Amino acid sequence: MTAMPNLVPAYPEMLLAIAGMALLMIGVFRKQDSTGLLTWLSVFAMAGAAALIVNGPQGPVKTFSDMFVVNAFTSFAKLLTLSGAAISLLLINSWVRKEQIARSELPIIVLFATLGMLMMISANDFISLYVGLELQSLALYVLAAYHRNNLRSTEAGVKYFVLGALASGLLLYGSSLIYGFGGTTSFDGLAAAMASAPEHHVGVIIGIVFVISGMAFKVSAVPFHMWTPDVYEGAPTPITAFFSVAPKVAALSLFLQVLAGPFAPLIGQWQQVLVFVSVMSMGWGAVAAVAQTNIKRLMAYSSIGHVGYALIGLAVGTSDGARGMLFYMLIYVFMNLGTFAVILSMRVKGRAVEDIKDLSGIGKTNKGMALALSILMFSTAGIPPLAGFWGKYFIFQAAIEAGMVSLAVFGLLASVIAAFYYWRLVKIMYFDASGDAFDAPDTATGLIMTACSALMVVLFIVSAPFIDAADVAAKALSFG
Amino acid sequence: MESGMLHIGISHYLTLSAILFTLGIFGIFLNRKNLIVILMSIELMLLSVNINLVAFSSFMNDLAGQVFTMLVLTVAAAEAAIGLAIVVVFYRNRRSIEVDDINQMKG
Repeated sequence: MTAMPNLVPAYPEMLLAIAGMALLMIGVFRKQDSTGLLTWLSVFAMAGAAALIVNGPQGPVKTFSDMFVVNAFTSFAKLLTLSGAAISLLLINSWVRKEQIARSELPIIVLFATLGMLMMISANDFISLYVGLELQSLALYVLAAYHRNNLRSTEAGVKYFVLGALASGLLLYGSSLIYGFGGTTSFDGLAAAMASAPEHHVGVIIGIVFVISGMAFKVSAVPFHMWTPDVYEGAPTPITAFFSVAPKVAALSLFLQVLAGPFAPLIGQWQQVLVFVSVMSMGWGAVAAVAQTNIKRLMAYSSIGHVGYALIGLAVGTSDGARGMLFYMLIYVFMNLGTFAVILSMRVKGRAVEDIKDLSGIGKTNKGMALALSILMFSTAGIPPLAGFWGKYFIFQAAIEAGMVSLAVFGLLASVIAAFYYWRLVKIMYFDASGDAFDAPDTATGLIMTACSALMVVLFIVSAPFIDAADVAAKALSFG
Repeated sequence: MESGMLHIGISHYLTLSAILFTLGIFGIFLNRKNLIVILMSIELMLLSVNINLVAFSSFMNDLAGQVFTMLVLTVAAAEAAIGLAIVVVFYRNRRSIEVDDINQMKG
């Protein structure tokens, strides 16, 4: 009989799991529609999980036979994921009410997806990694097809499912090779095995390539990005907002956990792959976005580009790089949520519109919304005095300090191209002839829009505490 | 024992699994018929991984691989259920599950 594992580090996940099951019961047995109630209860559960993370153990603690780890890095990534998920949940709630497609299981699926994300962030073994990743992915496939009477939404579900399952398959095949040639699935065991003789691990390296491909799918990095524009366009808009923040943070953290954890000694082997993926994502994200007419597709390419910048932080293979990446993700989450709050408010006479030209002239008709979107777009392009500038600054600084100047230069060039289409939005809003005015946004969406755009200014001025937090988190990884 | 008798070692299992895995990938990309074949291909990929895991587990005398296999089997069942559900809602809207008919969005 084995001893009971230490449950304290897993309290946040347990809270979410229990809350998810309890809320499911409420949703099933309550007679009237409970989407609103369940949304708020889910947000409270996420807030509770965040409180447990903040007050829980911070130092490296491992439990469940070392399959589950909690340290400064996992806490940072989990808090970010939870805030992204909770804010998207509020956006989802007000949108499904307007579209009258509210069903009570929706917040619960988001809650389970978030639980999967927390589990994969804390994974310290390929088995727990796979289970967490699948819990997340399966919930996300359902969310993409949530609007089940809508052809585009279900098509997005089909595409996401097929390509997501393929990615899981690649990742799994890679883990099986790593297990076979490395002798264990545990990250600690692999770290010990890799440190001893880094040059004798051909089988493991092939496995790592498969694992990188699988994870590149999940973060939508080029050349594994082809699902992203279609899924972003087809899925209901607030669910696209959720897709673009929470799973991205979780999957990028997983990238860091795996490559900067057990496989840090093999950096010579995976570094070129990461540089290639990062350069391709930045370039393609910038170039392909120029021709888009649908704002959700534009955001898809924009997020592909952002993943490219974030991956620079991993490709340089230093603790500073990881810090830059975490800080970049912090800014990215709020920037994207703010932008999606604006996109969700693009409604003409109660009907949602999503063409870029629908924005024309709203600088005169919807002053607040136009101002918010301008701030967010300038921040996305990395123009000071907005937070997006610091995000790119710390990433490029890490690249230059690691001696990868060409990578930083390429990133700068890509961000100049990207700035073109962000500015084009601003130009369309302020200088084109006005079309129909948008309806006033509802309270929650309006608040999120205002708060996120204000945060871009605030984070530019008081960035130090957040960079310090990202620094502490990055130090918990095994990069030197 | 006949001296020429084939000894089945780990490489045979790995080759078999690699072939099945590749078949699964090709089944997804080269298939122009219908979605059910894609679901089958996904299942084939996951099962080839299981062969890998069990072979490694048995040759290394380490149980972790077989535990992993049980979890993969469970998750594969959930995945198939969700995949079929999504295919059903798609069929209701499109009245077809031909791969060529999944074309509402470019890309």
